[in-house]
Amino acid sequence: MDLWTVVRALFIILVVVAAFAPVITWVERKQSAVMQDRIGANRADIGGITVLGLLHPLADVLKLITKEDFVPAGANRFLHALAPIIAAIPAIIGFAVIPYGATYQFPGHEPFTLVGADLDWGLLYIFAIGSLATYGSVLAGWASNSNWGMLGSLRASAQMISYEVTMGLSVVGVFMVYQTLELTDMAVAQDSTFHLFGFLETFGLVKTLPGWLSFAQLPFWGVFVQPLAFVMFLTCIMAENKRPPFDAPEGESEIVAGYFMEYSGMRFGLFYMSEFIEIVVIAGLLTALFFGGWSIPYLSKDELIAGMTPVMGVGLATALTMVAHVATFLLKVVIMIWLQMQIRWTLPRFRYDQIMDLCWKIILPLSLVNIFVTGAVILLVKGAP
Amino acid sequence: MSFAAGLFYVMAALAVVTALGMVLNLRNTVAGAMCLVVTMISLAVIYVVLDAHFVAVLQIMVYAGAILVLFLFVVMLLNLRSDAFTPSRATAPKVVGAAVGVAVLAAFLAKLPDALPKVAEIPADFGSYRQVGLALYRDYVVPFEVASFLLLAAVVGAVVLAKRRLS
Amino acid sequence: MVVPLEHVIGLSAILFTIGTVGALTRRNLVVILMSIELMLNAVNLSLVGFSRAFGEVDGHVFVLMVITVAAAEVAVGLGIVISLFRNRDSVNVEDVSLLKW
Repeated sequence: MDLWTVVRALFIILVVVAAFAPVITWVERKQSAVMQDRIGANRADIGGITVLGLLHPLADVLKLITKEDFVPAGANRFLHALAPIIAAIPAIIGFAVIPYGATYQFPGHEPFTLVGADLDWGLLYIFAIGSLATYGSVLAGWASNSNWGMLGSLRASAQMISYEVTMGLSVVGVFMVYQTLELTDMAVAQDSTFHLFGFLETFGLVKTLPGWLSFAQLPFWGVFVQPLAFVMFLTCIMAENKRPPFDAPEGESEIVAGYFMEYSGMRFGLFYMSEFIEIVVIAGLLTALFFGGWSIPYLSKDELIAGMTPVMGVGLATALTMVAHVATFLLKVVIMIWLQMQIRWTLPRFRYDQIMDLCWKIILPLSLVNIFVTGAVILLVKGAP
Repeated sequence: MSFAAGLFYVMAALAVVTALGMVLNLRNTVAGAMCLVVTMISLAVIYVVLDAHFVAVLQIMVYAGAILVLFLFVVMLLNLRSDAFTPSRATAPKVVGAAVGVAVLAAFLAKLPDALPKVAEIPADFGSYRQVGLALYRDYVVPFEVASFLLLAAVVGAVVLAKRRLS
Repeated sequence: MVVPLEHVIGLSAILFTIGTVGALTRRNLVVILMSIELMLNAVNLSLVGFSRAFGEVDGHVFVLMVITVAAAEVAVGLGIVISLFRNRDSVNVEDVSLLKW
């Protein structure tokens, strides 16, 4: 670990996340408008130019900055000021370990990997900082000396601790399949295909796969080999983000606004922003874990470079491949963001006890079953180590 | 002094200061817990400096992310506000406690210089999750299983203790 | 190893002492539990330091065990704190000295 790694990671995170987050507030408004048969944000303009309402994020920020920064009586001023920052930091630094491209080698140069920080803890890093995100919401409610805020904090802490456990357990199957915790290695492993009916061969039901069956290939993506893990992980990580349908900690029909009730201006804006940044991080994480990261389905990195090399030379082929991979990654991230928006505007809020039941009584046992079945299948396919 | 060594001393100072903050903070339990959170995180950074990457992540995940959130949860649940708990006026326990502390520290530090091993060379992936996992599941399987029983007992115990009434 | 082992163990000793003093002098049960956590952490630090010095990961495994015990201890300890608070409306250890002779 050296200083350069830290600086590079911070730079990438800030650029990627800060570019995405404001646009997402706009996407959210437009998405909700589409689903509720409205037009959505289109009024903010500079000299009559509205650009489809894309200026709304700018107007939002201006409004939040100029609003009164209110601190309630009896609040712990220090912790009250600290809580939004604690909530925002884990969200921002989460993107550091998500690879947005493969390892490339240009002739005459050192190979390099497109990732903020190539840590060997990989996914554990995400879990670790995700567990720190709890403090923002817990302190916010406590420090503002408000009963509603306190109730929101209690709900938030219980919900986040519970879902952390199941979130970790639900992706163990993915670790077992790809034999690694590192997201960069995981993306490399997913940059291939597998025979959908390969199990017939493995279990000796047929000697060799007939031609018409061997065409049925799928990308070796997490969502195809661990579909149950994908559903459970998506549920858990959306619950960690505390957005609807898991927004009981801020459920406005029961406890007014929950833990950030006593916040106004840019401090409220930080809570709001960290939720949107987390959407980007979650989308990147889902992409890296379950949708092959940067990989283009049915076209592995080596094939792509080898195919283009005779036409344009190794250097240009590698550069084009790199651009294609980053574009693929961004496309997948956008789709994942859209998926989260869709869920958020489709489902109503769960009741608090339903959220807890879902965590401890459904997802936890299912994830244990998933681990057991995955282990059994790996043992059958690969044999004992 | 390298970046890593500088990081160690900064984090060591931070850990000691926040640990003192936790113990000496007589009125506000939440602030004390937050001090301890900072202690845990700075210890995690120290673990990274000492090539214990996996332990560092666990330190943050389990200690900072779960155990201390549990402390905060309980403090908030019981609503231990700053005025609900007045600090003790008696001086005798404090004097005795401080004396014991100084004695313990002196005993530790007196033993320190002559009892330390030589520093060994380590492989590149020392302390990675692979290495620790292999040690855990090959050499220490039985303690690992026993620990799982311990956790089960703790879960049952905590539920029984904290439940309002058993019907 | 980027820092001398003495400094790691020294830091561990200082943190352990702070934890001991906290556990002995404070009367708030929650703070006493936190002090015990601090002592366990000091032990973990010395385990990690020695593990690095010997070049064996066994110390890391011990740290895992210590963390497990700490988690179990906190779960039960805080359960006791909650039931105590229900019965006595206090978390002061001097209010629960009924069994003391």
